[in-house]
Amino acid sequence: MNSLIPLLIAAPLVGAALLLLGGRALDRFGHWLGTFASLLSFVFALLLFSSMLGRSVDQRPVREHLFSWISVGTFQADVSFQLDQLSMTFVLLITGVGTLIHVYSVGYMAHDERRRRFFGYLNLFLAAMLLLVLADNYLLLYVGWEGVGLASYLLIGFWQHKPAAATAAKKAFIVNRVGDMGLSIAIMLMFTQFGSFAFGPVFATAHQASQGRLTAIGLLLLLAACGKSAQVPLQSWLGDAMEGPTPVSALIHAATMVTAGVYLITRSNAIFDLAPTAQLAVVCVGAVTLIFGAIVGCAKDDIKKALAGSTMSQIGYMILAAGLGPIGYVFAIMHLVTHGFFKAGLFLGAGSVMHGMNDEVNMRHYGGLRKYMPITYVTFGLGYLAIIGFPGPSGFWSKDRIIEAAFAKGGTEGWILGAVTLIGAAVTAFYMTRVMIMTFFGEKRWQPDAEGHEPHPHESPKSMTVPMILLAFGSVFAGGLFVLNNNFQHWLEPVTGFSEGNSPLSSGVVMALSIACMLAGAGLAYVVYGRSPVPAVPPVGSALTRAARRDLLQDDFNHAVLVRPGSALTAALVFFDSKGLDGFVNGLAASIGGISGRLRRVQNGYVRSYALSMFGGTLVLVATTLLMRSV
Amino acid sequence: MNPVNYLYLAALLFTIGASGVLIRRNAIVLFMCVELMLNASNLALVTFSRLHDNLDGQILAFFTMVVAAAEVVVGLAIIVSIFRTRHSASVDDSNLMKL
Repeated sequence: MNSLIPLLIAAPLVGAALLLLGGRALDRFGHWLGTFASLLSFVFALLLFSSMLGRSVDQRPVREHLFSWISVGTFQADVSFQLDQLSMTFVLLITGVGTLIHVYSVGYMAHDERRRRFFGYLNLFLAAMLLLVLADNYLLLYVGWEGVGLASYLLIGFWQHKPAAATAAKKAFIVNRVGDMGLSIAIMLMFTQFGSFAFGPVFATAHQASQGRLTAIGLLLLLAACGKSAQVPLQSWLGDAMEGPTPVSALIHAATMVTAGVYLITRSNAIFDLAPTAQLAVVCVGAVTLIFGAIVGCAKDDIKKALAGSTMSQIGYMILAAGLGPIGYVFAIMHLVTHGFFKAGLFLGAGSVMHGMNDEVNMRHYGGLRKYMPITYVTFGLGYLAIIGFPGPSGFWSKDRIIEAAFAKGGTEGWILGAVTLIGAAVTAFYMTRVMIMTFFGEKRWQPDAEGHEPHPHESPKSMTVPMILLAFGSVFAGGLFVLNNNFQHWLEPVTGFSEGNSPLSSGVVMALSIACMLAGAGLAYVVYGRSPVPAVPPVGSALTRAARRDLLQDDFNHAVLVRPGSALTAALVFFDSKGLDGFVNGLAASIGGISGRLRRVQNGYVRSYALSMFGGTLVLVATTLLMRSV
Repeated sequence: MNPVNYLYLAALLFTIGASGVLIRRNAIVLFMCVELMLNASNLALVTFSRLHDNLDGQILAFFTMVVAAAEVVVGLAIIVSIFRTRHSASVDDSNLMKL
């Protein structure tokens, strides 16, 4: 059974290789081939899952050594996999949601002539992501980490003929590099400290390392997580990444890849539990991003960018929970899974709306779509109820647990974190209600597209609606199933550990508070956007709104703090190089050239003058010899 | 007669030969001047041999004469072939080996 683990990765990898190298011959059925590869991987995952469920708890984690990759002295890099409860959760999410999104893409990308390539990239992404979560050492994890970065780059820039998409792809890649550097340095530190970077030895000997080392490793891992998961301060790429096709936004930039940071922190729990400073930094990053993303989500008129802000904010919740230690790991992953369902569903819904509206993304040009797209409306609506934390659907259960865990942190810290998560919940309800009202309710504000075609909204084809319906089921029921008998907690506890913490508030009070916040946020949004018509041209808005429309000035900040000094430094170096170094070198060459030019005149070609110089030379030699002898 | 006078003569002949090499342009004259210098040195060698009662100098003079004969053969051949191609015996006309 364990030998299925490599096949899990091999299926999409072979699919990607075939699709990308196969050429035009595969154009006709390439998309089904890609979908089949993904489905095959999902089937393997289900088989492994059922076999894992059949074993007793301590027998569940399995290892599979494939081959020794690099072996130099004590440096031992293996390609071997570890499938435990945490990896299993991710594998099921990745392959399950991945397969649904493959099916959706068949319809969504039907008119794109490069559809085969698109599926090749999607398969490549699946393979890399599976490698990331299945690796049993940090180096192999890093391979997967870079692989998903590559796939993300290729897919964001899939419509490379659009300059905005090409730029967004580069931006995502470069910002991610900053995080990747953190991960690579963390791996080097681990190797120098523990002599290994495999999970087993590192976690077993983590307690022997000094506090400073552990904190450094923890902070570097956090930097890596910030890059991949779009957390402050490396959050700026996610909004622009929405230039990619919508299924990509759903799969990579909402459900799976951006949660890799949460995986990394949860996986490294042995390190973080020993480094409270690093944990505090994780919590701070999570809390800041949670509010940051939510504020950005409130101001965006582009439906995908509003959802991207929301993704950032929800991952902020997960990072925050992961930073809480054993109190929060389980709930971080639980929210990750439920978020994977409802956010993928919301993005697919947004894609379906765009599909029906001539690729219009501005919500101010939507309105009243619920009558025209009933299935999209219902599935999007269920995802909406899930994300705002309406009692019942999944988001309520997972987010509520995170809020509880935040309070359970204890002390002043607990109160602050609890308050932040509650405010986040209210703002989430506000911006999601805004999206919902502007898209599906109110009067029509449809505009003809650039070529003058009036939009004729229509329900999307079956290949698109079926995945949306399935994801809506997940969004509604996953949370309830997870909290029933604390199923999810018992499932994940052997890997991440669990502690109750000591919450100053009872869970009933927290639940009531979170529902109250949700109702307040949603109610406010209804008052602002539901009661009066939404203007088709955005009003000027307050200073905060204007800043939020520009992603809270993140790009201006980066430009002023990083780009401008960077360019100045480069210009100074260029000046020093061209005037200083080149000046010296060129001057030396010129003076030697000048001297040579003068010396050349001596070579006049006249035998007599050569004879004269020989005589002269002889005379000098003889005279010198005589003089030396006399002295 | 004082043998040192032969040395003065040899020095005089050598100087005439050397200045001839430096001043004249005709290759044949140049050549004769070189011979003059060689013979001046021969004279000096023989004189020294006489002064020191030692035959080494005379033997060396014979070597010089052999070398001079060989040099004349090669040198004249070069001069003749240059004259054939360039129609000039002036050494200043053969100045191609410069930059």
